[in-house]
Amino acid sequence: MTATAVPVRPLKGREPGPQRFREMSSQVGWGVLAWVVGIAFFLPVLWMGITAFKPESAAQTWPPKFTFSPTLAEFRLVFSGWGPFVTHSVIATAVSTLLVLLLGVPASYALSVHPVKNWRDGLFFFISTKMLPIVAAIGPLYVIALKTHLLDSIWLLIILYTAMNLPLAIWMIRSFMLEVPKELLEAARLDGAGRIREISGVILPIISPGLVSTALICVIFAWNELFLALNLTVTNAATMPMFLISSVPQEGLYLAHLSAAAVVASVPVILVGWIAQRSLVRGLSMGAIK
Amino acid sequence: MTVIEGVAPPKVEVRPRGVSRREKWQRRLPLLPALIYTIVVTQIPFVVTLWYSFQSYFWNTPAPAHFNGVSNYKTVFTNAAFRSALVRSVVMTATAVIVAMLLGVAFAVLLDRKFLGRGVVRTLIITPFLVMPVAAALVWAGPMLDPNFGLLNYLLEPFGVHHVAWLSTHALGSVIVVMIWQWTPFMTLIILAGLQSQPADTLEAAKVDGAGALATFRELTLPHLRPYIELGVLLGSIYLVNVFDAVKAMTQGGPGTSTTNLPYYLYQQVNNAFDIGDAAATGVVTVILTIIVATFALRMFARVFQFEEGGV
Repeated sequence: MTATAVPVRPLKGREPGPQRFREMSSQVGWGVLAWVVGIAFFLPVLWMGITAFKPESAAQTWPPKFTFSPTLAEFRLVFSGWGPFVTHSVIATAVSTLLVLLLGVPASYALSVHPVKNWRDGLFFFISTKMLPIVAAIGPLYVIALKTHLLDSIWLLIILYTAMNLPLAIWMIRSFMLEVPKELLEAARLDGAGRIREISGVILPIISPGLVSTALICVIFAWNELFLALNLTVTNAATMPMFLISSVPQEGLYLAHLSAAAVVASVPVILVGWIAQRSLVRGLSMGAIK
Repeated sequence: MTVIEGVAPPKVEVRPRGVSRREKWQRRLPLLPALIYTIVVTQIPFVVTLWYSFQSYFWNTPAPAHFNGVSNYKTVFTNAAFRSALVRSVVMTATAVIVAMLLGVAFAVLLDRKFLGRGVVRTLIITPFLVMPVAAALVWAGPMLDPNFGLLNYLLEPFGVHHVAWLSTHALGSVIVVMIWQWTPFMTLIILAGLQSQPADTLEAAKVDGAGALATFRELTLPHLRPYIELGVLLGSIYLVNVFDAVKAMTQGGPGTSTTNLPYYLYQQVNNAFDIGDAAATGVVTVILTIIVATFALRMFARVFQFEEGGV
């Protein structure tokens, strides 16, 4: 082995040669291309960020300005008006996500660890509700909300967002539960652990990172939701996406203000997404891709 | 084995009868809250939709709803606006999903290589997906596409483009571009996961056999990616067919009805025409069409997941 390995090494070292050079430069070329594509794709986000720090008069110029004295004026304006909107968004997002986990963990357990007989049908029932277009029921939904006095209330959004995210969460949590080693569950059972202790003592500690990423996915979808909020709330439960729509006036300069509002509304989810990058795929594919 | 069976016959006796009643309920119980919740919240609105689709009801008038047979359905089927909204939804979804998938494959191939700052570039590429959809739509409509001050017109000026009013002259295209921009990262992530799950030794073997990069991609990588592409197309379609934010924030369905898709059409029926009956009938037709498509989609879903569970 050593006899064959020895002549190879000096050969490689002596001859950095055209072969290796070509390989390296092609690698650099691909890297540069990837960077160019990445930056071009990111450009609108960057432009949103830049515009947000402009004074209004510098945001609407031709040619567009790239140098200007940055100001926080538009952010101040945003923060002076976002109060109720952000409160509603935080409540609707947090409470619905919590409810999703409370309902989703036991359900996933019943579809994976000790599965019910028709667990397959159950799973597909949940996913099929994701395919029904909620827009189709929006008129009657409005009437139901009106008659149950839930119109323009934060509870309505909480109820609907929970139902919206529950199927996704169940599929995702189930995929994490399936990964809990069978031996651990056996061992716990031999120790005389009941169902509750099996969940709280064995399963939950193992899948807790999975629960966190499930929660983050739910947060993203609930925070960004516009259609239901726009149709079913007016002022008492209006959320951040509606704040954004209201930040576009009928006339006058508004591009800087709009950009600042867009940055403020998007930053929480962007940060969450960056942190949860690794589990994003798994969440978006409902646990299909590990 | 025989010894053990002899020692504990009572326990063995219980098993063949299958799971006991008590055990059955113990299994079912944790599922029930989520199941009942989902049935109540997601199915009742559709039952009520079915009910209202046979009623004449305008929510802005005090007159109560009354039965009017299938006349709402007659309106729906003779309504050119509904048909064109339906076609537009299909066109928008299909174009956005296909282009986003093509870009996604290209980006994923780029990101699958090692280069300096790969993590940063990946982060840059997934960010558009994380921007709040309304925010993305408004920022595109304003700072990006504004005819007089927009960045795009400035960047395109050297190529002979002068102050194009994108949202008036290319409204549908503009909306689709924003949809693509937001959903390409999703496709990229799914395809990238597919590329990274490809066994390295197969690729190595192909290289040793002297296969070119292109041939390897076509003969080995693409077949391997197939379930991932199917999954991306399926999930992308589920979300994109419901796109509302971009239409609402960029064009309000216009100019004319040139960007009115099904969700926006239904929104207008409820909010501008106050017509619950017609909206409900439109909804029922939409749901029936969806169920037809979803039946195929679910079958595909089952196949893809089987592959995943069996293959990985």
